[in-house]
Amino acid sequence: MMVNEKDINEQIAWAKINTDVLRSMENPRKSYWVAVAVCLAMVACAMLAEYIQYTVGMGVSNLNNPHMWDMYIATFVFWIGMSHSGTLLSAILHLLHADWRKPIYRFAEAMTTFSLLTAGLFPIIHLGRVWNMYWVLPYVSDRGIWPNFRSPLVWDAFAISTYLSASMLFLFIGMIPDLAICRDNTTGWRKKLYTALSLGWEGNDRQWRNFRKVYLLMACFLIPLAVSVHSIVSADFAMSIMPGWHVTSFPPYFVAGALYSGCAAIITLFIMLRYFFRFEEYMTLPIMEKTAKLTFAIAMVWTYLNLIEFASVWYGHDMYNKELLIAKATGPYAWVFWTMLFCGSVVPFALAIRKLRRHMPTMFVVSILLNVGMFFERWMIVAPTLSLSHEPWQWDVMWGSIVQWALVFGSFGWFGLLFLVFVKVFPSVSMYEVKEMVFHRNMTAGQRDVLRMTDHAKPVKQTPGVEGA
Amino acid sequence: MSKRRILALFGDFAEAHDAIADIRRNEVPGVTVDDITMKSPIEHPEVEEVLGDRPVHIQKFTLFGAIFGLVFGFLFLASAQATFLVQPQGGKAVIPLPANFVLVYEMVIFFAVWMTFLSFLFLSGLFKKRSRLYSEKVSLDQVGLMLEIDESIAEPLRDLFKKHKVLEIREEVIQ
Repeated sequence: MMVNEKDINEQIAWAKINTDVLRSMENPRKSYWVAVAVCLAMVACAMLAEYIQYTVGMGVSNLNNPHMWDMYIATFVFWIGMSHSGTLLSAILHLLHADWRKPIYRFAEAMTTFSLLTAGLFPIIHLGRVWNMYWVLPYVSDRGIWPNFRSPLVWDAFAISTYLSASMLFLFIGMIPDLAICRDNTTGWRKKLYTALSLGWEGNDRQWRNFRKVYLLMACFLIPLAVSVHSIVSADFAMSIMPGWHVTSFPPYFVAGALYSGCAAIITLFIMLRYFFRFEEYMTLPIMEKTAKLTFAIAMVWTYLNLIEFASVWYGHDMYNKELLIAKATGPYAWVFWTMLFCGSVVPFALAIRKLRRHMPTMFVVSILLNVGMFFERWMIVAPTLSLSHEPWQWDVMWGSIVQWALVFGSFGWFGLLFLVFVKVFPSVSMYEVKEMVFHRNMTAGQRDVLRMTDHAKPVKQTPGVEGA
Repeated sequence: MSKRRILALFGDFAEAHDAIADIRRNEVPGVTVDDITMKSPIEHPEVEEVLGDRPVHIQKFTLFGAIFGLVFGFLFLASAQATFLVQPQGGKAVIPLPANFVLVYEMVIFFAVWMTFLSFLFLSGLFKKRSRLYSEKVSLDQVGLMLEIDESIAEPLRDLFKKHKVLEIREEVIQ
């Protein structure tokens, strides 16, 4: 028989919450440092590859006509997609009052910010002439560069920069009360840093009232913003007339894919942080189960949208699109295509099995496989279309060189490094929100009634203590 | 008469809530709920039932930011497009509305979000020097009630707090 397990220990003392989270910033397991070293090594590989590409030229990456974008733009789309789940899910779950998000939303939002910062590197990397990177910005120029405001690439610049700044603000605002806790409990450079960043937060009722409103408003704006960002990224492809790209369902397909890969990444990071920082009491199995169920639901939406796309191509009888679909399934990219479908549509069924959802090593492997599938999905959007466009004389299959792969590989190290530094310097579990979660769950219906009844016109009843510690 | 600032720390939100309710019932003449600032480690929307309605104005700034983004965004983009395109092409400026709709959408959110954030910094009274009575316990697990009162009221107020199991009272003379 299934026991209704609680998301978190509701009797946990508030002082212990502070102690546990603050300790995590000082004293992680040794495996944390191993992860940092691995990330550094990956970044070093990428820097070497970028140095070679910078000095020799773009030829070393194997990028050439018709493969002008390929893996770099696929990786860009992957990282933009990865950024979606953190902030978007945090905002949606906040509006829905799903309080189980509270122990895990902070690192998910940080994931958003660092994914965007990683994605932002790829337009620069694949320019080749990185010293001219500022040419991509739409600014008034006297050198004959005229930004085309009708191009989705310009829309990208607006949408992504808006999303980046809004996500960073959302992350920062949500951290202010915790930064004040850190300020009150640390010394040295940390105290100086937290004192500056906590902006003089005292936790008075005026600050909390404004905080509640600002957080709600930000959440309301972030949802349409996040949806628009990935819709616009899909427009990079869908606005063209290339086979396989000119698809009406691309915006929802991209948004679903983004949420999917982001959710899978949340599971991966959940398991890593739980282990590195001994967060077993906060990142609990019931919360993992809820995240896994959400991921499974999104996986099914993504699978459905894939089927819709295949069906519309098949029954649409557009020769180029149909040939492209057949080539994806049977041509040189077939192994990537089928791996994508296996990882994206079959592997997630593991999330539907309770026993597996509660087994951390299995979930870790599954979450990695889901993101392998999602990376291949982005590759399969870009590469086959470039290989088999309208003109047969342009047909060409391209496999990325070791330089290209090293840069893609290194981007994971870069993301990991930023993330690991963040969780070491800032609290990765929201202390005040876990306290809120415990407080509100401890308030029994009777106690709520007492509070509701208590006003100036009625006699006040004394209620038993509900706060921990 | 000298004035005094008092911070009373409670280990229990319900006790602090009841103390505010007593003040609201005028059990300490000369003190009203408007004099009270509550400090807490978490947000307590329930306290508004006794503290009264204290309005928040952030949404007005958000609306202003959104409207500014709408108007400025369109004018900025249209003028940029007119300038950028008219020079190489000559003739009439081309201002495509579908593209502008997408970009203005982003500008509305951009300015709304930034105005929301800036108004939060301004309206929340942040960046002020913390009071000397500030207790780190407020960021841990205690609820504080802070009041500025006349010296003559201090004693009955202390008694009221003691009735509600106050853990600690901190005071300073401010005038």
